[in-house]
Amino acid sequence: MAEIMYWEAIQRAHDEEMARDPLVICMGEDIGVAGGTYKATKGLFEKYGPLRVMDTPISENGYTGLGIGASFLGVRPIIEIMSVNFAWLAMDQIFNSAAKVRYMSGGQLTSPVVIRSPGGTAHQLGAQHSARMEKVFMGIAGLRVVTPSNPKQAYGLLKSAVRSDDPVFINEHELMYNMKGEVPDEEYFMPLEGSEVTRAGTDVTLFGYNISVHWCIKAAEILSKQHGINAEIVDLYSLSPLDRAGIKKSVSKTHRAIVIEEDEAPVGVGSEVMAIINEECFFELDAAPVRVHAVNVPIPYNHKLEKAAIPDHEDVVKAVLKMFGKA
Amino acid sequence: MKLEDKKRILRGMVLARRFEERCYQAFIERKIGGFMHLYPGQEACATAVMEAARPGEDYVITGYRDHIHAMLCGTDPKAVMAELYAKETGCSKGRGGSMHIFDVEHRFMGGYALVGGPFPLAAGIAKGIQLKGGDEIAICFLGDAANNQGTFHETMNMAKVYNLPVLFVCENNQYGIGTAIHRSTAVLDQFKRVCAYDIEAAQCDGQDFDIVYEHAKKAVDHVRSKKGPYFLELMTYRYRGHSMSDSRGYRTREEEELWKQRDPILILRDRLLDAKTLSMDEYTTMEKEIDAYIENEVIKFAEESPEPDVADLEKYVLA
Repeated sequence: MAEIMYWEAIQRAHDEEMARDPLVICMGEDIGVAGGTYKATKGLFEKYGPLRVMDTPISENGYTGLGIGASFLGVRPIIEIMSVNFAWLAMDQIFNSAAKVRYMSGGQLTSPVVIRSPGGTAHQLGAQHSARMEKVFMGIAGLRVVTPSNPKQAYGLLKSAVRSDDPVFINEHELMYNMKGEVPDEEYFMPLEGSEVTRAGTDVTLFGYNISVHWCIKAAEILSKQHGINAEIVDLYSLSPLDRAGIKKSVSKTHRAIVIEEDEAPVGVGSEVMAIINEECFFELDAAPVRVHAVNVPIPYNHKLEKAAIPDHEDVVKAVLKMFGKA
Repeated sequence: MKLEDKKRILRGMVLARRFEERCYQAFIERKIGGFMHLYPGQEACATAVMEAARPGEDYVITGYRDHIHAMLCGTDPKAVMAELYAKETGCSKGRGGSMHIFDVEHRFMGGYALVGGPFPLAAGIAKGIQLKGGDEIAICFLGDAANNQGTFHETMNMAKVYNLPVLFVCENNQYGIGTAIHRSTAVLDQFKRVCAYDIEAAQCDGQDFDIVYEHAKKAVDHVRSKKGPYFLELMTYRYRGHSMSDSRGYRTREEEELWKQRDPILILRDRLLDAKTLSMDEYTTMEKEIDAYIENEVIKFAEESPEPDVADLEKYVLA
């Protein structure tokens, strides 16, 4: 098993799927000749040519719609939207066409399109380049939403998304493209539904996804070494549908739950997971479930303010200690 | 084109007119719900374009005024009416309704209720054709008002850049809902707008089947021979309001009467009468036959079909 970077895992999945099926194409701004802002499509233009590796104009709604239209004919486009902030512009086609066409056609047409886009707060990119939008996508019926937290997931989820007959939104993270991790040498598919137990524990469940899983890992180490608290980490890599059974299983084991998200609180992954905990595990709980989330502000440019706007592993530790009456 | 063929075409246009008028009646009777947008007045447009194309092979996509476009691709009128009646036998199984007629078997890729939404989808369908290497074309029918959406400009640009086999047919009926074109649109001649993207384009009378057919043939040949996209603007008029809730207070009855003097069905009929290909008796018999067919088969089928089962509510969300 080789250790490769997140972007390399995505690039490998693209390459394998494009080599296998001539109807798998990729498209987006700068993804061809320029090789992709985050290198996720590096080398593909040279290998597969302009018909299958499409540099698009900077017109997100238009080219996303084009990919969706092509998918109606069985083409499997992997569309990169360079930043999730620009995906707002493509929402009409994602919401109104890709997600609804199967239903409103009575099952005749499906849109097997894959839309990849990084979200998140990186390094002082300001309000219009720092959005997290997973809560918006996970609220759309007819769309699958997955969010890889490591290279193995990034590879396996993209492979499965390309083979899925449903439209799939893959929420990546700008800070994670250079993150290293082990990816199986042989072909590997990650199921599009479910969750992964990243760390088994007994005292409290930390629900994370994407970058917040890494805060949870750091926090769990501190909690274990310094406070004797054994946290379980559940990686909710599928945001739609959420793994109701997996959430229930872990909370029934630890009896305590904290949901950690980089996104703002009003309406979000945390709210949704808390609702599931309430519906499924109310009588299992030893403490009221808690959310750790961003402050509800447009992300500021100033580094100190930016850092204060989003949570990190220290906020996770604080929330756990408070829950245990230790802070 | 042979005169005999034109009799078949006239029959199709009369069917389109009577079908839509019968829909109007069914809506008033509350048999049809939701929003419904009717086509009377514009029949020559889609009829001539589809006559020049290959119905059932070429891919067609349009906006919400979509019943007739589906039927011209080969969709059974019974399945369209059953859809309007929200029945399980409807062409979208009662999940779509008037604005979402779909018939993928006949390559009618749908009616969409977001103005301008089908533009990029049409380009995508053309991209699919390009990748698969066939000689089909994608045809996108939309009204003049859709051209003010960003999707229009984004799509024209991409269609040209990627040299896509797509024909855009602008059915310019002069109104975007209740707003006259001169009140919303800087350039009234829509075909002139695509010169900004170096796309071949033409404009013609949309009321005269023969004229539209001649232009459509040229446009279809251009696209099919892989010379790139084409934009055809057809000058036409809808007799009814935008939708069923529209009493047309924004325009005069005089204007409507002027357009009705250039009715597409009467223009074609009179041409056939003059050429003695058709007699008035034949024409009235044709109308009666069509009315009887709509009543005894189409409406009957829709009335008698079952509604979808509520147990199947979540059936078509994911594959």
